[in-house]
Amino acid sequence: MKKDRAFWFAAATLAFLALVPLYAVVASQPFYVTLFSRIMVFALAAVGLNLVLGFGGLVSFGHALYIGVGAYSVGILAHHGIANGWVHLVVALLMVALFAAVIGAVVVRTGGMTFIMITLAFAQMGFFLAVSLKQYGGDDGLTINARSALGLVDLSNNTVLYYAIFASLVATLYLFHRFINARFGLTLRGIKANERRLAALGYPTFRYKLAAYVISALVCGLAGFWLANLTKFAAPSYMAWTVSGELIVIAVLGGMSSLFGPVIGALVFLLLEEVLSSWKPGLWPAAETLLGNHWLGVIGLFVFALALFARQGIFGYLSGKKESGGGH
Amino acid sequence: MSATLIISQLLNGLQLGVLLFLMAAGLTLVFGIMNFVNLAHGSLYMIGAYIAAALVGQGVPFVFAGVGAMLGAAALGFVLERTALAKLYARDHLYQVLATFGLILFFNEVVRYFWGASAVYMDVPAGLNGTLTFMGINYPFFRFVIIAVGLGVGLALYLIIHKTRLGMLIRAGASNADMVGVLGVNIKLLNTAVFALGAGLAGLAGFMAGPILSVQPGMGEPVLILTLVVIVTGGIGSIRGAFLGAIIIGVVDTMGRTFLPIIFGWFLEQGLAQAAGPAVASMLIYLLMAVVLALRPQGLFPVKHG
Repeated sequence: MKKDRAFWFAAATLAFLALVPLYAVVASQPFYVTLFSRIMVFALAAVGLNLVLGFGGLVSFGHALYIGVGAYSVGILAHHGIANGWVHLVVALLMVALFAAVIGAVVVRTGGMTFIMITLAFAQMGFFLAVSLKQYGGDDGLTINARSALGLVDLSNNTVLYYAIFASLVATLYLFHRFINARFGLTLRGIKANERRLAALGYPTFRYKLAAYVISALVCGLAGFWLANLTKFAAPSYMAWTVSGELIVIAVLGGMSSLFGPVIGALVFLLLEEVLSSWKPGLWPAAETLLGNHWLGVIGLFVFALALFARQGIFGYLSGKKESGGGH
Repeated sequence: MSATLIISQLLNGLQLGVLLFLMAAGLTLVFGIMNFVNLAHGSLYMIGAYIAAALVGQGVPFVFAGVGAMLGAAALGFVLERTALAKLYARDHLYQVLATFGLILFFNEVVRYFWGASAVYMDVPAGLNGTLTFMGINYPFFRFVIIAVGLGVGLALYLIIHKTRLGMLIRAGASNADMVGVLGVNIKLLNTAVFALGAGLAGLAGFMAGPILSVQPGMGEPVLILTLVVIVTGGIGSIRGAFLGAIIIGVVDTMGRTFLPIIFGWFLEQGLAQAAGPAVASMLIYLLMAVVLALRPQGLFPVKHG
């Protein structure tokens, strides 16, 4: 692995994330641990999405579905008194794999516009399914009494949960790094560049795309598993279509052509939301009230401008790389 | 399960289908000609409903409120297209999705700022308020009006697209926009006209939905998603597909929600039927769409030209 600017920048960001709980103790701001846990959960989901979005060229507008499936797996098992976290994790990943394999087999056949709309429609289907599950809270969602019991890893401690999420993020990044630079990743990028040529060369492109779709869904399912543990809650809103949209925003904002971009995107986007919704420097009260009530509108304009002007995302810009279908 | 229930639910389905068609017509043309995904189409619908509710609240006659909603939504569509969205036609679908996703968030906050977060109510005028007896059942007159207006718009669109010069250009644009431009047609103006027309129809749909549904921020999103299902099922880019797809989706969704729980009750025990019926009913149209796409990826009624 060539240690270029992008590598050191990613390493510095991860080192920063590793030190957040320490800073939270020093500054006695335990809230930071929860906030950055949440940021890492969304970073994980966006890294997962970016496997199909950035490297496969498939614009999935429905990946929030898998966050929801992961979260509901934890919630429903806990609801029935099964507390074993390994069972939660395995069931969550199996359910996500099942959903993604069935849905993927339909959606991956399509492309372009149809792919966007049909992934959105499937996520809506999951959303309405969750709403109609009256015995599991329906509209209101499902409260989880205790976090998954992972043996020696005591998730009821917020800092332990933080490092567990951190570890799974780093592990996912490492695995994806290996994937993307292996034959699988090269084929996937080749499909993005010119699927017809790859098919003519004899590659079974459908199988490659389906595999990428399922793997990317699994990472989102893992993010859902962590999100349910973080919030002790599973709700239909986890798979709202706006969440799928936000995942795309995060990936594009950070930079889709790199593996690490979505992590930066999650940091910037979620911190921006946090700042906009609670920022009160006391300079101009009227404007602050307006912002406090309508910060989503500002996010909307930000996303709009991002779409009009962004070319390579923050990470691509900072690491000085040209748009090139993913190196690091 | 009586005949009256079936007929009234069929009419409800037809009425939903007609509203969906008004939405789908604009969206499918914009996609067919400009190759553009406009998620903010639901926002135009919402703006139309709010404009109409505001005008009716000010005592403006109902019909003029409807015209105002159409013109207002069309004007907003015109401005959006000219200032920003036209720049995105040549970009990847991803950026179109992002930009219009941002616009949805923005417009939801705009209406929340002006009208508040709670629902605004809009009354049907006395002349349209009664019920009408049709095939032995009493059915709200206003819903008949919606069906009639929707069918009328469908007919008008058919005539415009197949019998006028504008329609000929639209069909040509959908088939090969570059070639139409090379032949000396002002393709930018054509694009703007199509976009504004679609926006106006969305505004009209919002106006007519206003009295039956509640007018509130975010009201455009469920309709937008149903519209996307309609377009994908019917065949992207085709007005005929949008019309037939809208009617099919409207009827299947409405009938499913009413009759699936009853039908499930024949086979399953009470508790299970009451849980499974609504769950399957709410997923029914998505299942239908998935089946259609698995068997006919181009949709049920695709555009015929190459």
